[in-house]
Amino acid sequence: MSFDIDVTLRRGAHTIAARFGADGGITALFGPSGAGKTSVLDMVAGLVRPASGRIVVGGEVLFDSAAAIDLAPERRGCGYVFQDLRLFPHRRVRDNLLFGWRLAPPTRRWMTLDEAVGFLGIGHLLDRMPANLSGGEAQRVAIGRALLCGPRFLLMDEPLSSLDLPRRAEIVTVIERIRDELKLPILYVSHDSGEVERLAAAVVRLAG
Amino acid sequence: MFAPLTPAEWAIVLLSLKVSGVAIVLTMPVAFALAWVLARWSFPGKVLVDALVHLPLVVPPVVTGWLLLLAFGTNGPAGRFLAETLGLTFMFRWTGAALASAVMALPLMVRAIRLSLETVDRRLEAAARTLGAGPWRTFFAITLPLAMPGVLAGAVLGFARSIGEFGATITFVSNIPGETQTLPLAIYSALQLPGGDAMVARLAGISVLLSLAALVASELLMRRSGDGRNTHVL
Repeated sequence: MSFDIDVTLRRGAHTIAARFGADGGITALFGPSGAGKTSVLDMVAGLVRPASGRIVVGGEVLFDSAAAIDLAPERRGCGYVFQDLRLFPHRRVRDNLLFGWRLAPPTRRWMTLDEAVGFLGIGHLLDRMPANLSGGEAQRVAIGRALLCGPRFLLMDEPLSSLDLPRRAEIVTVIERIRDELKLPILYVSHDSGEVERLAAAVVRLAG
Repeated sequence: MFAPLTPAEWAIVLLSLKVSGVAIVLTMPVAFALAWVLARWSFPGKVLVDALVHLPLVVPPVVTGWLLLLAFGTNGPAGRFLAETLGLTFMFRWTGAALASAVMALPLMVRAIRLSLETVDRRLEAAARTLGAGPWRTFFAITLPLAMPGVLAGAVLGFARSIGEFGATITFVSNIPGETQTLPLAIYSALQLPGGDAMVARLAGISVLLSLAALVASELLMRRSGDGRNTHVL
């Protein structure tokens, strides 16, 4: 499984350009805020259309401006853990977790609710509403929801930034286990060099 | 004055409920579509559409009734078209009263629904897309449930406005007992009858009760939409 990404995006006066390839493991997108790290994830997820370029993940072309290919977000097979989590406020944790799982074709699912709940230790949260979760709990649910939609790869946007130190250590462990036990490739956005050094196999630097 | 209603008075109340109920149910899809266009699209002439939708709110109701007469009357272009294609006529019929109150309720409904659509966090819709939901499923699973308090509040407000409709109705379809004589029109007629005071009081009481119930319902629905985001409609 590999990422092969070469995109440009115009944002107002300046242009965001990112070009990198990566194999498996965690690939960190590293750079100051405003460098366009989240925009790169949004382009890979299909939420933002690049001005030009090509996005290939695991041999599947998700976007190619020259060939007029632009897969809809729901067909890209990515699990996106947003920086602002975006749990659905009107659905219980259980229904948040199962939202993508129910939509995925059975052959694409590789994890059950029970497995995800055990993996993340969130069994006691299933009947709660998202508004009643702590930061660390909500972060686990967001990760679980992304894992359960049957993704081929994960996009994680600053998954530690809103957590206090003890919570951080817990989530880092979860991310390492996703990398090592589930062997899921991850595109990982961060502005913290320590975090990047600990987790990532490859680092892509985006200039501000 | 709190004596039970006579059968004739009950008939007036039921006619009013029928006229307003049909008006709101049939207007809802139109109001939702207009609210969606105004909340989500940008196009040249949007200001004009916005102004047209709001016209019945600011124009004297008599003028709205007269415009309806021009358009939907026996010789009006829309009236003739509907009569020939669907056999649907409005003149001096309760359908005309429903059309008049629908037009008068439309701006209020569009405003409430538009406000609630604008508070729906579009980032949640994007998240649903990445989780495998297409645009329609995203609409029904995320957008519509989150906008629902505003949609219901819009329906209730529109209903209340429609129950009180007077000017456009009496201009468009006249004041015919049993056909177009809704609550306000019946109160107006009773006021002109010698000895009609008790009837006026009873019908006025019913009107106040219906309006209050609608207002309370809409207030509760708006408050339930959470986080105090939509605390008022107007």
